[in-house]
Amino acid sequence: MRIGVLALQGDFISHLAILDKLAIQSVMVKTPGDLDVDGIIIPGGESTSISMLLQSSGIYEPLRALLHEGLPAFGTCAGMILLANSVVDGREDQMSLDAIDIVVRRNGFGRQMASFETSLTVSTIEDGPMRALFIRAPVVEKVSSEVEVLSSVTYSFADSSDKTVPVICRQNKVIVSSFHPELVGEDRLHKLFLELL
Amino acid sequence: MDHTELSANVTGGSSVKRGLAEMLRGGVIMDVVNAEQAKIAEDAGAVAVMALERVPADIRREGGVARMSDPFLIEEIQRTVTIPVMAKARIGHFAEAQILQELQVDYIDESEVLTPADEAHHVDKWKFIVPFVCGATNLGEALRRISEGAALIRSKGEAGTGNVVEAVRHLRSIIGDIRKLTQADSAEIYSWAKSLQAPVELVREVAEAGKLPVPLFCAGGLATPADASLVMQLGAEAVFVGSGIFKSSDPAKRARAIVEATTHFKEPSVLLRVSRNLGAPMVGIEMDEIEVRLAERGW
Repeated sequence: MRIGVLALQGDFISHLAILDKLAIQSVMVKTPGDLDVDGIIIPGGESTSISMLLQSSGIYEPLRALLHEGLPAFGTCAGMILLANSVVDGREDQMSLDAIDIVVRRNGFGRQMASFETSLTVSTIEDGPMRALFIRAPVVEKVSSEVEVLSSVTYSFADSSDKTVPVICRQNKVIVSSFHPELVGEDRLHKLFLELL
Repeated sequence: MDHTELSANVTGGSSVKRGLAEMLRGGVIMDVVNAEQAKIAEDAGAVAVMALERVPADIRREGGVARMSDPFLIEEIQRTVTIPVMAKARIGHFAEAQILQELQVDYIDESEVLTPADEAHHVDKWKFIVPFVCGATNLGEALRRISEGAALIRSKGEAGTGNVVEAVRHLRSIIGDIRKLTQADSAEIYSWAKSLQAPVELVREVAEAGKLPVPLFCAGGLATPADASLVMQLGAEAVFVGSGIFKSSDPAKRARAIVEATTHFKEPSVLLRVSRNLGAPMVGIEMDEIEVRLAERGW
């Protein structure tokens, strides 16, 4: 089994470190030729930048095709935005890999000042709460009935409304989180992803 | 903090501050002086923009006291782009930093490019929710800034020169010393701390981890895709490009080329492709021709 980690920009090093710890063979995906993998992780980073680089490196089309054929995928933060089939507040030319039926709002929690840390209860995951860093994170505004929400967070938004929003979603073989388990050495979502393979 | 006890949503912690720096890895942060330039930077794939009043090359040429940008200009840039917006405050000028925090910039650069406001003290960065990036020329300086709360370190280089030589010197010095430090035994850590003029706990942490506790980016004098590749190969984790883009003849094209070069820094075929027909780069300056060494600012 070989897992690809999209390595165009962002914190792909942290995902590679977790795969190493789990003794899973991994490959940095920088060109279409690196896509011979059994699953793909799309890391955190700047989604507009990664989107541009997906096109310039020629990865966008083949990766999108592989995802449509059912390649398992795990995306964190920018990875969630790229895998979502609809993005609000993105750039007009932002690419979607169209792999999970959710609507996300970029930087939905606000600017860096609003970035936060919390701990989450995740359904199907045991051994205690999960530490979660939300960095200029996307907000999931809508999920289709096909999508399973594994965890949510309650947040006081700038318009002073308290809302509970999904932060981990799963549909078929795709898992996305709006936070960064990879930054705190949290490996339980990676394990959940590996079980899909 | 024991995370199992954490229930509220907490802002401004170290992990959250360093987290944004982690997101910028492998990317290019571009200096911009207005909204129009910010748009060009975002279109080219910049991971963030640095808002400032004048690019370093102009500060160097025009002289005078260089200060924080007018908040109006920063707000205009914030309205124009969706990527993180950073802004510069003078070394030690905590009031400028307070204003930038109030503006909700995403990162503050306590920068030697502006005229220092304090000749002995840097800002106590732990007091802020917004994260700080600081420049360093060597490992001791980097660790002093981290001990004051910096969540990201960049080489200083020599801004506004279009000459990468100083950035290379600083990067090699920081990374070279980290390499040596990993070989030190437990007793030697204390003398390292003394010679680096840095807290012993941080020195020990670096010796054990073999890297800084925050990301290390490169800045100061980068002007070409090859410059970006050079410093990434030397161990920088992302790059800042200042005057190099908007002082060149085709900023949009050069900006995009530097973004691609930073991603594919180990791939000569990509570097060759993106380096072709970029138009004139900024005119550079030799180190012995310059009057003010910005890198000497900071303590």
